[in-house]
Amino acid sequence: MLDLQPWPWYVTGPIIAVTMATLLLSGRRFGISSNLRTMCTIAGAGKVSDYFKFNWKSQSWNLIFILGTVAGGAIARFLLLSPGPVDINPDTASALQSIGIEDAGNAYAPSILFGPDAWHHPVALAMLLLGGLCVGFGTRWANGCTSGHAISGLSALQWPSLIAVVGFFLGGLVVSQGLLPILLPLL
Amino acid sequence: MLRIFLLGSIFGITLTMGEVISWFRIQEMFRFESFHMYGVIGGAVVLGVLFNLAAKRGQWKAEGGKPLDIYQYEFGWKRYLLGGTVFGMGWAITGACPGPLFITLGAGYWPIVIAIIGALIGTFLYGIVMRNLPH
Repeated sequence: MLDLQPWPWYVTGPIIAVTMATLLLSGRRFGISSNLRTMCTIAGAGKVSDYFKFNWKSQSWNLIFILGTVAGGAIARFLLLSPGPVDINPDTASALQSIGIEDAGNAYAPSILFGPDAWHHPVALAMLLLGGLCVGFGTRWANGCTSGHAISGLSALQWPSLIAVVGFFLGGLVVSQGLLPILLPLL
Repeated sequence: MLRIFLLGSIFGITLTMGEVISWFRIQEMFRFESFHMYGVIGGAVVLGVLFNLAAKRGQWKAEGGKPLDIYQYEFGWKRYLLGGTVFGMGWAITGACPGPLFITLGAGYWPIVIAIIGALIGTFLYGIVMRNLPH
């Protein structure tokens, strides 16, 4: 609606830091993936594993935060952001096009994975499910995700967070160099 | 709680406007072909370090006079390296870390629901097998 241009890194990065600082000053912590555990606890997973036995109400504020992010995504996409493509590096675009992502360089998200067509495509759905599985399993194993380790942990000069971030990139490299060139042409 | 909801909204707006929830930006990052994501994360970390240093020096307190709940991770490396690697694989496949999983839903890319369900199943599986994993 307002057709705003995307925000550059030097606007986006500082607002993320302000988000973390605001949560710390309010007596809370910036950590998104712990919500996945909270959601499993609410669904009754405590019957199967002690990992899910904790007072989830102490984390209910974090669920409210997540609801806010969902609203924020809707506000930005439908009211603020100009519906243009993401201006990625032409090298990335042509590499992705050559392995089957035809709208690379011309879209905000690949339609084969995130558009209505994905529902009719078993490989796309399997990729989303497998990717999600890795996100849930990996963040709980590492005890944090981008917000907890890459932003909060590195900001607090925590060695474990640096190790975790090295892991993020190892996994990302394996997938982008090894797995995606096999999976994406199947779409 | 309204404050927290608004803070979450600002975070969601920012990650959408900054294209952090775009699958394409994450591919660029893992292929080391753009500065954008490094600027976003690096910029946040540099300011975060300065905030933590100032908070320590000035002995800043959280609301209610409590000390700031700054992360202290347990010593070790296995869970961080191995868990981090598994998460990195998921991040590269879906183009979304946990925040963007939910923000992408708000932005109306409905198939992300499958990835959110996957993330919940993955979390549940971790809770089942965690005793058998190196930490």
